[in-house]
Amino acid sequence: MGYNCVVCIKQVPDTGKVTGDAMKADGTINRAALPAIFNPEDRNALEAALRVRDAHGGTVTVVTMGLPAACAILREALMCGADKAYLVTDRRAAASDTLATSYILSQAVKKLNPDLVFCGRQAIDGDTAQTGPQIAEKLGATLVTYLEDLEIRDGFAYATRNIGTGTEKVKAKLPALFTVMEKCGELRPEQVRLAMKYKKARAPMELAKETAEAEYEALKAKGLDIGQWNLDDIGCDLSRCGKAGSPTLVNKIVNVVLAGGEFQEFQPTDEDVAKLVGSLIADHTIG
Amino acid sequence: MEREKGEVWIFAEQEDGVLNDVALELLGKGRELADTLGVPLAAVLLGSGVEGLAAKLFEHGADKVRLVDDPALKNYQNRSYREVMIELIEEVKPQICVYGATSLGRDLAPSIASALRCGLTADCTELGIGSYTDPVTKEEFANLLLQCRPAFGGNIIATIVNPRNWPQMATVREGVMKLPDATPGKTGELVRHEAKCLATLELPVEVLEVVRAAKSVNLKGARIIVAGGAGVGSAENFKLLHELADVLGGTVGGTRAAVDLGYCEHERQIGQTGVTVRPALYIACGISGAIQHLAGMQESQKIIAINTDKEAPIFSVAHYGIVGDLNDVLPKMIKAIKAKAAV
Ligand SMILES: Cc1cc2nc3c(=O)[nH]c(=O)nc-3n(C[C@H](O)[C@H](O)[C@H](O)COP(=O)(O)OP(=O)(O)OC[C@H]3O[C@@H](n4cnc5c(N)ncnc54)[C@H](O)[C@@H]3O)c2cc1C
Ligand SMILES: Nc1ncnc2c1ncn2[C@@H]1O[C@H](COP(=O)(O)O)[C@@H](O)[C@H]1O
Repeated sequence: MGYNCVVCIKQVPDTGKVTGDAMKADGTINRAALPAIFNPEDRNALEAALRVRDAHGGTVTVVTMGLPAACAILREALMCGADKAYLVTDRRAAASDTLATSYILSQAVKKLNPDLVFCGRQAIDGDTAQTGPQIAEKLGATLVTYLEDLEIRDGFAYATRNIGTGTEKVKAKLPALFTVMEKCGELRPEQVRLAMKYKKARAPMELAKETAEAEYEALKAKGLDIGQWNLDDIGCDLSRCGKAGSPTLVNKIVNVVLAGGEFQEFQPTDEDVAKLVGSLIADHTIG
Repeated sequence: MEREKGEVWIFAEQEDGVLNDVALELLGKGRELADTLGVPLAAVLLGSGVEGLAAKLFEHGADKVRLVDDPALKNYQNRSYREVMIELIEEVKPQICVYGATSLGRDLAPSIASALRCGLTADCTELGIGSYTDPVTKEEFANLLLQCRPAFGGNIIATIVNPRNWPQMATVREGVMKLPDATPGKTGELVRHEAKCLATLELPVEVLEVVRAAKSVNLKGARIIVAGGAGVGSAENFKLLHELADVLGGTVGGTRAAVDLGYCEHERQIGQTGVTVRPALYIACGISGAIQHLAGMQESQKIIAINTDKEAPIFSVAHYGIVGDLNDVLPKMIKAIKAKAAV
């Protein structure tokens, strides 16, 4: 019969490479200062969806909300085997916090009417892990967080969850939303054939304005179109999007002045190291 | 205004009838917030047969315990706990509600925030009360919950506020707030609630099996921690840290970078999104000292930093510093400790 799977994927700055002035004065991230990558756990989420399709048939659709540059990860997903990709992009969505983001994404996901939705457990730029649970609440879908393993049987999801102090096996009704952990499995590599094909896939906003319409029609004919939605296309109530729909505000940003207490430097020599160890023993810190 | 009389709530997480430490830690901070606002502090306790836990909550500072005791709440399930909390919040209208950023709390709190359409700030490292002026409308808000968390990048702490959509909600990781001293014998008001929603609720999830894993690493209780970062260079080199920890009777921890690089297990991660520790001695090896890491260790009593870069921020929180290569320094340290022990 097959299941329709939707995977929410996010392009994030590679926080492993944070240097210097990654923050702007208003508290938002200066994304331009960092390389942008496919959020690690969203890769695992995509793999989990692809495995459901491998086992049961159906489709895997990836959705991202962001700037047109985020199409890079949509193409990556297509090259790994996703069937269809959508970009949700709209200036009115800017400055959305997790509540507004989850509302917008839930509106996009609703349009695709999935049986299973997959999110990463968390995105490495904020580590909030809030978006998945909030999308599930808005969809009225069963929430299954911290997924480590999944099997679909008789129309139910049999899932293993990591609950911090151990694991839990649950049987969940569909439709369900899963937040996926690394343990679910590494994303399969891009397939050469798909990579050749989808490197040409584009969303309308990525095309030159003058020729966009004709070009996009041509892409559609070849199945190389990345779907593009604005907030109206997915029926958003604008009061719930962007700044207006975000209850949390950044009040202030302070630079941390590190408490420079008493500090003693030792040289990396045998004598000095022994002296340091001696003073730790003397004040009973060790020993 | 009526809403400003609202209580301060902390979610009293329990599992199998045992309170999670984070619940008591939150009471310490909750007490401060409630006193500043001049409102009661309530612990919200959900479960089955858990009334006995109320005493401990009172002793750690709660004025009230709001209890929903129902067989249907025996095991945590997102749907049941979420619906009960929403019903309670809508009925009692607290102004603040704080949760532990545990696996359970991070599953529950966002679902509640979504349904109530209020804000939620994850992993706060400090909470306080203060005012906020909307930069556009110039509207002023007094006595808001100031939610501080280290922000992305540089050495920056962002303060988040939710002036309009209440309750103001936040999560706090285990170990971040100090466990308050108990006042033996202190009691308070036990308020029993019936959750009407439970009568008709159908749970979409059936728990088939729970396997508790024995905790193999106990960073929180460690007196000495030897922590490594990306500067350690390889999983092989990380063994040096284990060796040092062994001679000191300590535990090994790491930065997120070290975890991501596969040098150590995830459960050893120290920092804003890992474990918060306050050991007697913290030896930071090849760690730069990013704010998210400092958030989890700067309360350590003594900090030794070993780093090749003398400008590394870790040195500004350290008490002792060695500018040098850890592959050279650590063997010397191990040797010196063994020598002293032999005397
Ligand atoms: C939302 C968010 C949450 C985060 N949460 C956490 C968290 O909980 N915990 C955490 O740790 N990080 C966290 N981070 C990541 C954090 O910002 C840093 O990226 C990370 O702490 C850096 O780790 P590091 O010090 O090991 O690596 P680096 O910053 O790369 O530092 C390595 C250091 O090693 C030194 N070095 C190199 N070679 C040697 C040698 N041979 N001998 C001695 N020294 C050497 C270098 O001079 C350098 O200072 C988070 C980031 C974000 C965005
Ligand atoms: N802008 C976005 N576009 C698509 N998916 C997102 C977006 N933001 C968050 N998500 C999804 O929600 C998960 C958790 O994100 P976060 O709450 O930011 O930690 C991510 O791993 C993604 O699956």
